[in-house]
Amino acid sequence: MSAIPYRVLPKNNPKSFEKKADDRNKMMLIALFFLPGFSLLFLFLVMPIFQSIFYSFFRWNGLGPVDNFVGLENYSRAFADKVFRKSMWHNFQVVILTLLIELPLAMALALLLVRGNLRFVRLFRAIFFLPYVFSEVITGLIWLFVLNPGEGFANVLFKAIIPGFENQAWLGNIDLVLPVIFFVMTWKYFGLHMLLYMAGIQNINPDVENAARLDGANEWQLLRRITLPMIADTIKLTMFLGVLGSLQVFVIILVMTKGGPVYATEVMVTYMYRVGLQRFSLGFGAAVSVILFIIALFFSIGYQRTVMQTSLE
Amino acid sequence: MKLFLNILKYVFVLFLTVVMSGPILTAILGSIRTSGEVYSNPFALPKNGIQWENYTFILTNPDFWRQVANSTYITVTATVMTVIISSFLAFIFARVDFRGREIWFNILMLGMLFPLSVAILPVFIQLMNLKLLDSFWGVILPMVTFATPGNTVILRNFFTAIPQELEDASYIDGCSTFGFFRYILFPMARPSIAAVATLVVVASWNEFFLPLLVLNDPNKWPLPLGIMQFQGQFGTDYGKVLAFITLLIIPSVIFYIFAEKYIVTGLTGGELKG
Repeated sequence: MSAIPYRVLPKNNPKSFEKKADDRNKMMLIALFFLPGFSLLFLFLVMPIFQSIFYSFFRWNGLGPVDNFVGLENYSRAFADKVFRKSMWHNFQVVILTLLIELPLAMALALLLVRGNLRFVRLFRAIFFLPYVFSEVITGLIWLFVLNPGEGFANVLFKAIIPGFENQAWLGNIDLVLPVIFFVMTWKYFGLHMLLYMAGIQNINPDVENAARLDGANEWQLLRRITLPMIADTIKLTMFLGVLGSLQVFVIILVMTKGGPVYATEVMVTYMYRVGLQRFSLGFGAAVSVILFIIALFFSIGYQRTVMQTSLE
Repeated sequence: MKLFLNILKYVFVLFLTVVMSGPILTAILGSIRTSGEVYSNPFALPKNGIQWENYTFILTNPDFWRQVANSTYITVTATVMTVIISSFLAFIFARVDFRGREIWFNILMLGMLFPLSVAILPVFIQLMNLKLLDSFWGVILPMVTFATPGNTVILRNFFTAIPQELEDASYIDGCSTFGFFRYILFPMARPSIAAVATLVVVASWNEFFLPLLVLNDPNKWPLPLGIMQFQGQFGTDYGKVLAFITLLIIPSVIFYIFAEKYIVTGLTGGELKG
């Protein structure tokens, strides 16, 4: 072995020279790694948002110049439209149903699968989660078939369980159709929430719960005071995903009911699609999009305040 | 009491199994029967023999195969791009300290707050301005954009877990930062990359709204648009529609069986065992 190799440093202020070269390399690298992602984000997210704020002040059909400035008229038109208010109300109902039914159901099943000493847990988990990989188009079409008003799967099943049950037009009944759509959404997505809860529950240190048991806590107290608080972060995450998912629901509705009958399943995105894109009132559609943005943003900021503080340590 | 509770558990889980798998199984069952049979009873076995012609009708249709090719092209391109772009960003946010990091990260998070279907009309206007309507890029680029933030966050968590000592050691051995990313981090993070790729495959294979707006030319349609058009055309011929549905379900199920591990890893941050 020869002498330890060393680099001959340049004489004048060696440190800063090296640091500068280092910094330059680092800047190059950052730019290189940043550019593809952030150019796309700029082109297809940031710019469209600002553009649509601009367009929302005009009456514009996508052709011709953008010169018919109407101020806030598109916004007041949207809020004056009974159908739009109805669609917001439907989104709200779906959000509430998601939080009160879908998530607790997912939690119950997660507890059952992780703690229930059941056999074939992996199989059940796979079956419950499977619809997640289906497209919403397929989901909608399958359920369109299952819910058909004649001898569909749903009617036949109910007739087998409930004597005297009469065939239902599930998607034709304005009082029934929104809950039915919610049911289909739950069918497709509750497995995701269940999976997240299962991961959370598995990662609780069993010692904590055993200690509480020794102190005389019963199972219900254990669940309320130990298990659920310990996966609070997961619960908040699923609430966020659930609410955001409820705001963006579109394809299932388009496939199954197109927002009908008589707007009974119209939600904000189907409304935006119908008035903005099908009728090509892009200015008005942009205003509806901005309202949607504001709702999403309003909700997310609240969420960020409570949950995401630790996102970048 | 304990036995009773145990039975109750199984009854509940089995009931749900029926609700979850029943629709899928009846759809598959319907696809091998005549439409008349499907109309009269969704459960019964085929009385008139298995109706293979429901399937051959679709499988001999060149439109179907063109849609398979289109879907594959869109999915593969979108997935490769998303994986590369997200892992670049994840690497920067996980490993490199620089000024303005927080701000950039927040811009990225903005993408998570606006799902594609909420932002679809603004994106559509932008695609119109960029003259990307009716081209595959008009579908792929927004797809990649909206997939990037979530997947960057997932990958960032995995990248952060790789020990700092390893990075230092690689620098001492003369590795550049890019070299560390390319030869050490990327190979080490292969399971998480696979997880992200799987999630993107599922999302882009299933995407419907974007191609619906962007692609007017039926020759460019992917499968989700194809099946909607097919259903519009043959809506009353349940056997054929269900055969089409089954042809799309079965690859999804097979894919799911093989990729379940990765999907679960990706969604739960590698925290769900078993």
